[in-house]
Amino acid sequence: MSWLAASPVLVPMATLVAAALVQKRPAAQTWVSYVGLIIFLACALALTVEAHQGVAVRSVFGDWGAPYGIEFYVDRLSASMLLITAIMGLASVIFLASDADTLPRHPLLLPLMHGLLLGVGGSFATADLFNLYVWFEVVLICALGLLAIGGRVDQLDATFKYFVLNIIGTLLLLAAVGVIYGMTGHLNYDALAHAATQLSPWMLGLMVSLLLLALLIKSGAFPLYAWLPAAYHTLPAPALGLFAGLLTMLGVYAVLRLLGDVFAIAPPLVFEALGWIAAASMLFGVLGAAYHWDMRRILAFHTVSQVGYILLAIALASQAGNAAALVYTVHHFIVKANLFLIAAMIWRLTGNYDLRKIGGLYKARPWLGVLFLFVALSLVGIPPLSGFWAKFVVLHEALAQGRYVWTFIALLVSVLTLYSMVKIWMEAFWKPHPDKNWSLPTQTHLWPAWVATVGLAALTLAISLYPQPLIEFAQAAALALGAR
Amino acid sequence: MIWLIALTVGITVAAGVYLALSRDLFRCVIGLAVLGSAINLLFLAAGRVAVMEPAVIPLGETVLRDASNPLPQALVLTAIVIGFALICFSLTLALRVIQSAQTDDALDLRMAEPLPTDPVKPPYNGPAHEPELPAAAASQGVGR
Repeated sequence: MSWLAASPVLVPMATLVAAALVQKRPAAQTWVSYVGLIIFLACALALTVEAHQGVAVRSVFGDWGAPYGIEFYVDRLSASMLLITAIMGLASVIFLASDADTLPRHPLLLPLMHGLLLGVGGSFATADLFNLYVWFEVVLICALGLLAIGGRVDQLDATFKYFVLNIIGTLLLLAAVGVIYGMTGHLNYDALAHAATQLSPWMLGLMVSLLLLALLIKSGAFPLYAWLPAAYHTLPAPALGLFAGLLTMLGVYAVLRLLGDVFAIAPPLVFEALGWIAAASMLFGVLGAAYHWDMRRILAFHTVSQVGYILLAIALASQAGNAAALVYTVHHFIVKANLFLIAAMIWRLTGNYDLRKIGGLYKARPWLGVLFLFVALSLVGIPPLSGFWAKFVVLHEALAQGRYVWTFIALLVSVLTLYSMVKIWMEAFWKPHPDKNWSLPTQTHLWPAWVATVGLAALTLAISLYPQPLIEFAQAAALALGAR
Repeated sequence: MIWLIALTVGITVAAGVYLALSRDLFRCVIGLAVLGSAINLLFLAAGRVAVMEPAVIPLGETVLRDASNPLPQALVLTAIVIGFALICFSLTLALRVIQSAQTDDALDLRMAEPLPTDPVKPPYNGPAHEPELPAAAASQGVGR
């Protein structure tokens, strides 16, 4: 029994309660959040260090013994996800101190954000399938709260659509958990991995397909992504950064954990199907991004497209593929959350998210342009930025397995990604503002936003310049996957 | 017994999906609730429905023979509680949506994603080509 393994749940839960108790005093609430997030970050760091020494941190509640009690199991994969979660949480709370979101802060915004971290932390730490479902529900209800909190009619509309599509995903997940329990009699990951070897391949294939369908809805993969671009753009900016960084990452992590680790012996047909779904996600996501002019929608569609790369790496079903998926996940969600936050800064300075109605920002704020270009090119994968290394490891493995069609689609999508990023650059920064009388707002309080975005960009820069530690870490993590 | 449950699950799922596909928001929420109940029943059946004997071990016995597995029942109870909370939330949400949008037709709910009026997406053509927002959204000042 180790308290450290439970810290991803305990710390955000304590912070959530404390922040909800002091909701009448915004300053106290902010400080409680900072303290909670710094403790969370310290715990995540400790877990990463511990896990990287080769011993996964584990804890079985109620001392029930291995396959019966609910187990928390933090290995390298989970620990790195928790570390990103903590960094995202801290960045969004720092960003919250700026006035990039001009509306007054709702007193329940911070508690709900901690609730989101609680659910995400629990999902990353748990090693029990039903427990995973429960954490998905916690995430869902907090996400719904964050979406609905503004109470504007478009937000309520988006919340409803988000609710309907996600609840179907959750119900499918519950059904899959039930069927898997009925077939194997187990819920613990370790026990499931052993029990799966006893099943006939087509039975296992059916079970895993149902599970995969549920998780693909959650991660926003090709035909099931409609909730993502429909809802994201109605969120307040700091919550949007957190959403972009955490929610799809959760789905992708669950796919990697269950398909790459627990049910790694699933029939090849499942992985083949996942590969084609991934290719379609990449292509159709980026086409959506090429069509839109609202920055937030462009970025939301990019999330769909980039999730495709990660799913492609998982579909390669090899150790190198799993390692590539982890590298891509770490790279992508830092960059994507940062882009959403920078978009919010552009909105604050120009007053609009629609690229056709803004412009001239490079002249007014050249450093914002540099920051945006750095992060955007990193998303595209221009060498030597972090996106290049992430795409390199994925495509290297795809080519090594002779998957030429998937590789070709991935490279084509990179070009289209470049197109839509350059579109934002040309429209928001380069062209003169369409309104001749436009000027920057006089009173802005953006320095916390700068701290958050530059901090995340520094992380991207570190990965760009020294990718080797991350890649080695991911390879070590992948070594442990599928070897239960 | 298990076939009866299987049949019930099948019919309930069909009813739930039919209702959830409705354009009427309220029916959609009810459909999702029905679907949730069907999945709960499926989960219960996954734990095997055996003879209902009291879960007290007779003297000298070391295993429970012919008794239902209590674990799926505990799990379903958790799922029911979560589902109940979500349904309460969603009913409130549906009510708020219907009140503020002044419609309960899913096809008229275009506040978050207004229909474009341009034939293709061109550069900005001026306010005349702004997407059309439903009346309720426009009156509440939903910005572009």
